[in-house]
Amino acid sequence: MSDQTPETGVSTETATTHERAGAFSLDVEERSISDAFNGWIGKLRTGDPGALPSVLGLIILAIIFSQVSSRFLTRYNIGNIPAQGAYIAIIGLGLVFVLLLGEIDLSAGTAGGASAAIAALAVFSGNLHGRTGLPGFLYWCLVIGLLIGIAMAVWLKAYSAAVVIAIGWILVVTNLTQHLFLALVAAVCIGSAIGVLNGYLVAKVGIPSFVVTLALFLAWQGVTQFVLSGQPINTSNYSLWYNLAYGNLSVFWSWVFTIVVVGGYIAYTILVSLNAKRRDLARDSMSLVLLRGGVLALVGIVLTVLATQNRGVIASAPRRGIPTPAVIAIVLMILCTIALSKTTWGRHLYATGGNAEAARRAGIDVVHIKVTAFVLCSAFGAMGGVMLAASQSSASLDLGAGNVLLFSVAAAVIGGTSLFGGRGKPRDAIIGALVIAIIPNGLGLRPSINPQWQSVITGVVLLLAAAVDAVSRRRAARS
Amino acid sequence: MTEPILSARRLNKSFGPVHVLHDVDFDVYPGEVTALVGDNGAGKSTLVKCFAGINSIDSGEITYEGKAVTLHDPRDATALGIEFVYQDLALADNLDITQNMFLGREITSGRSSFLSDGEMERQARDTLTSLSVRTVSSVRQLVANLSGGQRQTVAIAKAVLFNSKVVFLDEPTAALGVAQTRQVLDLVRRLADQGHGVVLISHNMNDVMEVADRIVALYLGRVAAEVMKADTNTTQVVELITAGRSGGIGLAAATADETM
Ligand SMILES: Nc1ncnc2c1ncn2[C@@H]1O[C@H](COP(=O)(O)OP(=O)(O)OP(=O)(O)O)[C@@H](O)[C@H]1O
Ligand SMILES: [Mg+2]
Repeated sequence: MSDQTPETGVSTETATTHERAGAFSLDVEERSISDAFNGWIGKLRTGDPGALPSVLGLIILAIIFSQVSSRFLTRYNIGNIPAQGAYIAIIGLGLVFVLLLGEIDLSAGTAGGASAAIAALAVFSGNLHGRTGLPGFLYWCLVIGLLIGIAMAVWLKAYSAAVVIAIGWILVVTNLTQHLFLALVAAVCIGSAIGVLNGYLVAKVGIPSFVVTLALFLAWQGVTQFVLSGQPINTSNYSLWYNLAYGNLSVFWSWVFTIVVVGGYIAYTILVSLNAKRRDLARDSMSLVLLRGGVLALVGIVLTVLATQNRGVIASAPRRGIPTPAVIAIVLMILCTIALSKTTWGRHLYATGGNAEAARRAGIDVVHIKVTAFVLCSAFGAMGGVMLAASQSSASLDLGAGNVLLFSVAAAVIGGTSLFGGRGKPRDAIIGALVIAIIPNGLGLRPSINPQWQSVITGVVLLLAAAVDAVSRRRAARS
Repeated sequence: MTEPILSARRLNKSFGPVHVLHDVDFDVYPGEVTALVGDNGAGKSTLVKCFAGINSIDSGEITYEGKAVTLHDPRDATALGIEFVYQDLALADNLDITQNMFLGREITSGRSSFLSDGEMERQARDTLTSLSVRTVSSVRQLVANLSGGQRQTVAIAKAVLFNSKVVFLDEPTAALGVAQTRQVLDLVRRLADQGHGVVLISHNMNDVMEVADRIVALYLGRVAAEVMKADTNTTQVVELITAGRSGGIGLAAATADETM
């Protein structure tokens, strides 16, 4: 009966490469520059605008602010933006993992604040367990809490998280946290332990993440105040900490950084293309690969040239080189991108966010994926807390509270990450953080504009981004 | 006659006081499409879930390639080479065809956890080609952009990707139009022609009569009859489904009434 259909006339063995080319025409072709362009237009049409809206928004804001103040587009001012926005970018990077699952972590900011405050106190007092250290009760809570975190991470099969938390525990009990660098490492480890708690409550107990993290958002604020005993700690005395926000790579290392990043990208994409060609798989043509690499190289070189010129405003204190916070954010973004797009874990995370039931039936341990995402989010929250303390020169009593978290969520969403899960990229957090950071920066240049405008404009931009997301989702559903 | 690759003997299953499956005997033969038919609530899905390891069985025996097996977990069935395509497909819309087909069983380079996307794409394409699927232009297409029939095709291809020997399909054509139903039925036939044992659950008699080799009718949790397609007709199958008996075959009148 099925013989009547033309397809079944061809048995498997006789299916030639030629026929295969007919069926999967798009797969054996080499994607040329024009194919890539058409594909991109097609994606725009079917409701996947990618980074386009946020980049456009960034450009429009830059044009507006360059009219607001002639100082906006100076190298000095642009060079300040990384220090002002890095914490948003880093907390936003962590949030991308959680948002991809369709969950939210409102506590990342204050959890990071508490972690960073502990680190600040550890170096300031010289001994967390000492007279000027943590209140005794809190110290034991920390030590025991980390142990519980290790146990829970093992139980939830998040073994790498368990190792990280164990390192934090060792650093705390041996008082190695008196050394600044190790204290900052410990902060990230403490953040990971907090993430295990979030993940357990959300994925195992089944409390909606909004509620869990809203509760902890409040709780960690109090903890930060306990930790600091009402006294903010100045971080700009510690040159390492200060330089996290305000340092610059030397001219030599700036170029090394650019060459490694751009060269690495070009080499990788060329290798992928050649490999695919050898095995007759769908690939980007060499001209497309070189075009992309060339554009990136051009941007990288121009930015590095600009960054390595003196942008200081005081003649006696030249300032040049790529700002450290930009380097940190870019490196973290690259690592997140690799983890999400090149590993089985990342694939499983996207699948869980897209359709948790499909993931479960495919044998993916959904609980494990959720827990690890929350761990990463809180760990990035801790890094963000450290960066924030650097950028405001102080581990303040409200470290990570206020708008910090909301700005970070906004950054991810403005960049194009969907709150419904399944769609988003680490680069979204970076672009979105740039958008969020240039608003106060640009407005601050003209003192006659009231700072109230900052919230209004940020709100409007976020609303626009959400509208773009909603409209594109509708289009995607219709097509 | 060939030996069945998968069989159940005297299977019983209750949910609390509700006795859903009564002494069910069921066989799947390699290279054949076995249609499992029955009214709503007859126990078809329950039976499939017993094979899938989702439902535990109360009594009875399941044998695979002649050996008794116990299925406690969906992975037990998968490990044996038994695959299931559920009606709600369970594909991740935000992933592409290849990514969906390999979900949970990704190929990595060496022993690392880095994905070999090129290798997976090739295998996905080869599998679709071997099933003579011609309707997708790229295995990199997002599943969200596929038609219902194409999605069904991807779900079925996913099931046969890993050298499975038995494939269960729960109402694969329920939501499809004429042309797409055609595609899926052709695909079902081709699976059997390749030597898979195929179980097709369907309420559509046309589909069943067209593609099945063997028809098993469930009536209120009992096997009313197992007939070869060649020896039966639609009327008889419909009677078996609705009354449990048809002429000389089917449950004895007493049994059919007693279970009511
Ligand atoms: N988990 C459960 N708990 C209690 N009863 C159940 C459960 N699953 C199924 N049943 C009952 O078992 C009987 C058979 O259900 P089943 O889903 O197997 O029917 P079916 O033949 O697949 O029907 P349909 O054609 O509507 O899909 C029904 O009466 C149903 O109510
Ligand atoms: Mg059913």
